[in-house]
Amino acid sequence: MVDRITDIWGERTPHPRGTVWPARVDLHLEEGVAEGDVERWVQSACLLCSNGCGADIAVKDGRMVGVRGRAGDTVSHGRLGPKGLYGSTPWASSPDRLTRPLIRKDGELVETDWDTAMGRIVEVSKRLLDEKGPLSHGFYTSGQLFLEEYYTLAVIGKAGLGTPHMDGNTRLCTATSAAAFKESFGADGQPGSYTDIEHCDAIFLYGHNMPETQTVLWTRILDRTRGENPPRIACVDPRRTAVAEEAIRTGGVHLAPRVGTNLALMNGLVRELFVHDWVNHAWVSEHTIGVDELRETVDPYTPEHVADICGVAADDLRAAAQVFGESSGVLSTVLQGFYQSHQATAASVAVHNLHLLRGMIGRPGAGVLQMNGQPTAQNNRECGADGDLPGFRNWDNPEHVQQLADAWNVDAMTVPHWAPPTHAMQIMSYAETGSIGFLWISATNPAVSMPESARIRRILAGDQCFTVVQDLFLTETAQLADVVLPAAGWGEKTGCFTNVNRVVHLSEQAVQPPGEARSDLDIFLMYADSMGFTDRDGAPVVKWRTAEEAFDAWAIVTAGRPVDYTGLSYEKLRGPSGIPWPANAEHPDGTDRLYTDGVFPTDTDYCETYGHDLITGGAVSEQEHRAMAPGGRAFLKGAPYTPAHETPGDDYPLLFTTGRTVYQFHTRTKTGRARSLNQAAPDAWVELSPTDAAELGINEGDWVRVESPRGAIEVRARIGRVTPGAVFAPFHYGHWDPDDLTDAEHRSANELTMTVWDPVSKQPTFKTAACRVTRLRAGEGPAPAPTNTASAPAPGTPTRAPATGGGAATSSHVLDETPHYALDPSQEI
Amino acid sequence: MPHLATYVALVDHSERTLAESLRAVADGHARQADVFHTCHTLAGWSERHREDLAPVVERYGEQDDVDEPERLRADALTSTREGEIGLLRDLQDLHLLATLVHSTWTVIAQGAQGLRDRQLLEIATSSTAETTRQLTWLTTRIKQAAPQALIVAP
Repeated sequence: MVDRITDIWGERTPHPRGTVWPARVDLHLEEGVAEGDVERWVQSACLLCSNGCGADIAVKDGRMVGVRGRAGDTVSHGRLGPKGLYGSTPWASSPDRLTRPLIRKDGELVETDWDTAMGRIVEVSKRLLDEKGPLSHGFYTSGQLFLEEYYTLAVIGKAGLGTPHMDGNTRLCTATSAAAFKESFGADGQPGSYTDIEHCDAIFLYGHNMPETQTVLWTRILDRTRGENPPRIACVDPRRTAVAEEAIRTGGVHLAPRVGTNLALMNGLVRELFVHDWVNHAWVSEHTIGVDELRETVDPYTPEHVADICGVAADDLRAAAQVFGESSGVLSTVLQGFYQSHQATAASVAVHNLHLLRGMIGRPGAGVLQMNGQPTAQNNRECGADGDLPGFRNWDNPEHVQQLADAWNVDAMTVPHWAPPTHAMQIMSYAETGSIGFLWISATNPAVSMPESARIRRILAGDQCFTVVQDLFLTETAQLADVVLPAAGWGEKTGCFTNVNRVVHLSEQAVQPPGEARSDLDIFLMYADSMGFTDRDGAPVVKWRTAEEAFDAWAIVTAGRPVDYTGLSYEKLRGPSGIPWPANAEHPDGTDRLYTDGVFPTDTDYCETYGHDLITGGAVSEQEHRAMAPGGRAFLKGAPYTPAHETPGDDYPLLFTTGRTVYQFHTRTKTGRARSLNQAAPDAWVELSPTDAAELGINEGDWVRVESPRGAIEVRARIGRVTPGAVFAPFHYGHWDPDDLTDAEHRSANELTMTVWDPVSKQPTFKTAACRVTRLRAGEGPAPAPTNTASAPAPGTPTRAPATGGGAATSSHVLDETPHYALDPSQEI
Repeated sequence: MPHLATYVALVDHSERTLAESLRAVADGHARQADVFHTCHTLAGWSERHREDLAPVVERYGEQDDVDEPERLRADALTSTREGEIGLLRDLQDLHLLATLVHSTWTVIAQGAQGLRDRQLLEIATSSTAETTRQLTWLTTRIKQAAPQALIVAP
C-alpha cells in the first residue's frame, strides 16, 4: 500500500535508453471499498492535469468510488499521479454540489427550475441581440470541458450568434503554447511526443516544474534518469525544484534567472549555438527562414551581458548551451514559468529556435513539448471556443472562413473574422463598461484565477453585464452571477479530450449527475434550441443531439487540416486507449510526432496565421507573408529583451511571482474536496528566501502581509527555496474553504497580479509584479506549505515543519510483461 | 542644401510629435493595458530615432524658416478622448502622425542616396523599418477596436 502524498511519483521502473517505458498500474478506491466490490469499470482518462493519463472509473451503487490506470494506455502505461488518484471522484458526491438552477431575485440567488432559468437567459440574450447585435455577447469557457462541448459552443457563437467574443481560461494557461507554435511553424500542433523521453540524451525544462504539474510525465523522466545511459537534465527556474536537483544529479545545469528575464537568457543560449557553430547549416538552409536576422538579434547577448541581466553565472549559461549543442537528441518542455511571464511568446519561440538551428525536431528523442496547464485546453484551441477558428483555420484567410460557412450552411459574413478574436482580458474590459452585456462563464473560476481579482469581482458583480455561470459548485465566480446552472462533471457525461501531445481519449459516462444537473453539452443545446438559431435553409444551426454526433460533425470539419480527426470515431477510441492526431486514411492509428519530413504548415494558403511582430503584436499581412514565400519552411524569429512592465523599486522592493503545488489543481474545486490532497496543502502561504526573511525579521510560519500596488494578502511565510529578491505565492486559494477557515478572505495571490498580457499570445502575466512584505505577527507553527516539494524549507534552516504525508492507501504494481503500444518507436521492429 | 535641412528638421519635429502623442494616448487610455504599454514602447522608438539623428542635425543644421514644408507640421495630441470610440479616434490620429513620419523618412532616404550620405541613409532606413512596425501595430489595434466601438460601445 502506497501513500502517494508522501511518495508523489511512486515506485521507479528504471530502464535503458531506447527501450520501452515499463507498465505500472496504479489504483485508488475510497475507504471501505475493495477491488472485488467494484461493479463496473468505465473507460476514461484523468482530468486533473494536462497529461491525459488513461484511467478506468470504478463504479459501485451508482457512485464513482475510485480510479485505476489503464496498463495499455499510450500516455501513462498504467500510472496515475496523486491528484488523479485522490482527487478524481470525491467531489462528485460532495454534499455542496449544485443540483438545481439558481436565479438572482432581490439581490439573492434562489433556487428555480430549468425553464425559468433558461427563460431568463434567453430573454436577456434576445433583447440584447435586438438592441445591440451579437457583439453584446461574450463567452468565457474553460480548459476542462469536452471537445464536443467546445465545438458545439463554437458553432453557436460563430454560426448562430456571430460574436468574436469567445475565449477560455485556456488564455491563462496555454495561449502562449499555441501562439509560439503558430509563429514558428505556421499552425498550432505539438511537434513532439512523450516517447521522445526514451530516446533523448538531454532534457531541457523551461519554467516547467513538471514534478508537481505533470507528475506521471516526471515519473517517466525519472525512470530514464535513474536507468542506464541516462539523459542530462537542464532546468530554467527561479526556485530550486526537484527538476533543479535532478539537473545537478545528472551532470546538467540549473539556471535560475531573475523573474521576468527569460528572453535575455534564451537569446544568450541561441547566441552560444551560433558562436560555437552548433548549427546544422544544411538543415537550416533547407527547412527554415530568418537565420541571418536571428543571428543579428541575439548578437548582443554575450554570456557576461546575460549574467548582468539575469543574475545567472556566465559559465552556467555556457555549460547549458554546451549540453544543448553537443547532445545527439534534445527534448525541451516549456510551461508557465515562460507562458505567464514577461515576453512569453518570444521566449517560447526561442526554444523552437534552438531546436531548429540544430535540426532537432521530428525524430525520436529530438522534440519540443510546449505544455498545457489544463486537461482539455488543447480542444478549446482546436475547436475554436477560444476565439480561433475551428480546425486551426486562419481568420484572415477568406478561403478558410468560407470552408466553415459551407460546413455550417451559413453566410460567411456571419462567421466573425473581421478582426482578431477577442482575448479574455479584452472581454472582461468590454464587460466592465457594459459594451458586452451578456457574459456566459462555463466550468471556470475567474474571480480567483484572473489577474487583479478585485477588479474581476467588481465586473462580474456589477449591473452593467448579465452573467451566467455553469459549474459543479457555487464557486467564488458563481456567487456573483445572475443565473447559475448546475452542470454534470467528469464521469457524469460522455465526451472526448486531447492531451498535450495530441492524444485523444474517450471519457464515458459512469454515473448519473446529481439532482437536476445537466451536461454542458445539453445546456448549450438547450440554449441553441430556445434561441432558434437557424442556417440558410431554416434548419437548426446545431445539427446534433448527442456527444457522439457532435464528435462526428467535428471530425468532418478537420478534414485536410493539421488537426485531422477524420480517422477517429467513438468506436475506434474504445479500442486500445490513447490515439494521437492526425488520424486519417493515411495514418489510421494516429501519428506519434509531427514534422518528420521537416515540412511545416507555413504555406500562405494553409497556415493558421501570417504571424506577428513579437514585440508589439502587430499582425503580418497576407501580402507580406506571401512575399517571404515560407512554403513549408519554419520561421526563426527573434526579439530583443525588454525589462518587465513592473520592476521592483523603493516602495515595492521585491519580485512577486505565482505558481502551483502538486496537491492542488486550479482553484481547488475538486482537489480541495479530496481529503488526502487538501490536508497536504490546506491553506495559502508565501515563500521567501532566507536572506530576505532575515532582513525583514520574518521567521518560519509568521503571518505576513504581501502587498502590491493593486492589493494585498495576509498569509503565513515559508522560509524556502526561492532566489533572493523573489516572493512566491500559490494561486490556488480563493475565499472558498472546505473547512470554513475564518481567515480565508485575504489569501488570493491574484489580488496582487497586474492586468497586463503578452502582445502576441495575450496570455496575462502572472509572474512579474513588484511587492513588499511586512511581518504581522508570530504564527502558531510552521507555514501550511508542503515540505516534500519545491515549497520545502530552505536547506539548513531550522524548522518545526512536519513531513508532508498522510495520504490514503493506494496500490501499485509493475507488470512483468510490458504491453504493446501502437506507434511507440521503442517497440517498432 | 537648404531643403534637406528643412526635412531633417521636419522629421525631428514629427518624431517628437509622434512620441509625445503616443505617451499622451498611453496615459489617457491607461485602463487598456496593452495600449498603455505598447504606446510607451513605441514612443521610446521615436525618441531613439531622434537620438540617432542628432549627429546629422549637427552636420546639416535644422532649417525651420523655410515656409513651404512648414504647413506639413502637425501638432501633438495633448489630451485624449473618452471611451472605446475615443480610443479608436486617438489611434487614428496616431496613425496619421506616424504616416507623416514615414513619408518624411522616405524623402530623407532619397536625399541621402543622392548625397551618398551613408550615415543618414542607414538612420533613415532603420527608422523607417520601425515606423512601419508602429503603423502595423496601430492598424492591428484599430481593426480590433473598430467593430465594438462603432456598433455597441455605450
